[in-house]
Amino acid sequence: MIVLEKRPQPSKAWSYATPLVAVLATMVCGGILFAVLGKNPVQAIGTIFWEPLFGEFAFYYRPQLLVKGAPLVLIAIGLSLGFRAGIWNIGAEGQYIMGAIFGAAAGLAFYPLDAWYVFPIMVIAGAIGGCLWAMIPAFLKVRFGTNEILVSLMLVYVAEQMLASVSLGLLKNPEGFGFPGSRNLQSYESAHNAELIAGSGMHWGVVTALIAVIFAYVLLNRHMLGFHIRLTGEAPRAAKFAGVNPARLILFCLGMSGALAGLAGMFEVSGPSGVVSIDFNVGYGFTAIIVAFLGRLHPVGILLAGGLMALTYIGGEIAQSQLGLPAAAIQVFQGMLLFFLLAFDLLTNYRIRAARREVA
Amino acid sequence: MKFTSLLASAAMALGLATSAMAEDKTKVGFVFVGPVGDGGWTYEHNKGRLAVEEEFGDKVETVFVESVPEGPDAERVMTQMALEGADLIFTTSFGYMDPTINVAKKFPNVKFEHATGYKTADNVSVYSARFYEGRAVQGHIAGKMTKSNVIGYIGSYPIPEVIRGINSAYVHAKKVNPDVEFKIIWAYTWFDPAKEADAATVLIEQGADVILQHTDSTAPQAAAQEAGNVITFGQASDMSEYAPFPRVSSIIDNWAPYYIARTQAVMDGSWETVNTWDGIKEGMVEIGEISDSVPADIKEEALAMKAAMAAGEYHPFTGPLKKQDGSDWLAEGETADDGTLAGMNFYVEGLQGEIPQ
Repeated sequence: MIVLEKRPQPSKAWSYATPLVAVLATMVCGGILFAVLGKNPVQAIGTIFWEPLFGEFAFYYRPQLLVKGAPLVLIAIGLSLGFRAGIWNIGAEGQYIMGAIFGAAAGLAFYPLDAWYVFPIMVIAGAIGGCLWAMIPAFLKVRFGTNEILVSLMLVYVAEQMLASVSLGLLKNPEGFGFPGSRNLQSYESAHNAELIAGSGMHWGVVTALIAVIFAYVLLNRHMLGFHIRLTGEAPRAAKFAGVNPARLILFCLGMSGALAGLAGMFEVSGPSGVVSIDFNVGYGFTAIIVAFLGRLHPVGILLAGGLMALTYIGGEIAQSQLGLPAAAIQVFQGMLLFFLLAFDLLTNYRIRAARREVA
Repeated sequence: MKFTSLLASAAMALGLATSAMAEDKTKVGFVFVGPVGDGGWTYEHNKGRLAVEEEFGDKVETVFVESVPEGPDAERVMTQMALEGADLIFTTSFGYMDPTINVAKKFPNVKFEHATGYKTADNVSVYSARFYEGRAVQGHIAGKMTKSNVIGYIGSYPIPEVIRGINSAYVHAKKVNPDVEFKIIWAYTWFDPAKEADAATVLIEQGADVILQHTDSTAPQAAAQEAGNVITFGQASDMSEYAPFPRVSSIIDNWAPYYIARTQAVMDGSWETVNTWDGIKEGMVEIGEISDSVPADIKEEALAMKAAMAAGEYHPFTGPLKKQDGSDWLAEGETADDGTLAGMNFYVEGLQGEIPQ
């Protein structure tokens, strides 16, 4: 008979070990899945995790890891602040879209002006766009006590409609022969979020993501506000006695995560993507939730988790084209990662014991 | 990894790639927007890929990546294929246009073929099919068959290709049934069975007894089957599993001959940038079997129209035609030019509603 016994204190060791164990378990079960599909599991797993980092074309894939990972990290950092305090912003995808729309619109408004200040204005506009979108659920929660999970999630679909609308109307490329989609910001130099060093993958979004990691680390560990965030999440009653103002905390957490998601969208639209199009968003806002938890809501953890997630995406594509693995199998593989993480998380708070039961 | 090697230019990458792949096998890559099992658009492109494999056997190697989002991810997938030595890459969705151009710039020795777009380059061709010819046949059958005089249309995105199809179907439905009315829903997706089924259900609830779709899954067919008295047409693929009812006919995209010809051109070294727009005549657009649910006389008329288009005697957009706002478009006997059709962004007279802006 196996029983779960609650630990008196959450295990420090397990809280570090679970992500690693989850990755290993995903490799094993994913390997079995690939084997059932008739592929060599060792080769498949190897392709996913090895090729992008050390394969023949790693010089191309490594920078791509930064490009793919940066928006995930940037969004996840913002989300983790709220998640720590028990404020659940599920609508980062919508804030990401609004950031992209605001940022691109600001840039396109100046077209074709060539000036150094265009890009900084776009950055600010992107952050404001995401922040405003997140302020809707924040305000509704503070004022009317609505559930921020539902409101922020529903606003994703509203944002998607806005995206379709501006792609077809307001921001449509006047030289696009009636096709939807904006001008390509990559070919408008003042608005282009170009790689800082050609071929390195380092664009301003990557830099901002790294700054956000440091900023979040300092905030959570050295600042009163960070302490309040952690306190509210871990001991809400104690937080009240400590004089935490819940309304202010909600506005801050949602606003900050919205601004960071907006920045991610803005850097994406002005850099790797280039155009505001109907299909601009590809789910970074939702994947970032996985990244935040995979990284244990810790800034450094999120940085590593974002890298890992980017790795499975890029490695997954390589596995598709080299080994003919179906896309769905890669998605199952990514899903397993979160599943195992949550499953093994149990061991942080509980221990498994073999209990002997007296038989009458 | 030294920093300098991070900076390896794309041109150098190409040099490495081609020398590594200096075997005589021609490598052909395909980038798909949906899963190969979508039963529609991507399914037919994949059939074209398999036809290339069958035609050339050992002389060719094909690779594909499915469900690739339109944007930076597509760019990475194409780059990856080019790095791994692809000689020819087909990018099979409108949204891959800018990524295709970007990657093509970095790999001048790799040939690219972009479906349904308009940007070409020295190593980028574009190709598309005149689906609107098939829509004319559908419109004719739909106009004759509808009892409620309401025809539902599931649009994907309001791009010229889709608007052309709506106009063509409407013109021909109206011709045989002056009372006909089109209800159009924009799904903003190429492939999303749940959304497509919802759209079909809403249209049926609004009285439509014919559903035309410009999305890729078979979900609208299933929704019509459930409703019972609604007819549909297969889109991009035959969707014959829903024949003879509700699916009464279909537009089939036949990419295989084009893919084989272009692969051959790369092998021969005769590949050039082209702008291909083929229809029923060339066999790129096929009309799936018209089932027995359609009365014999209507079927005969539809086949006659198809034959006239195949012979080049009939153009689906032949005047007199007016635009939705009442202004003149085509005079009596005049046919639409390809330039106007390619960028079509207006409805013809009689269609209700506005193209989303």
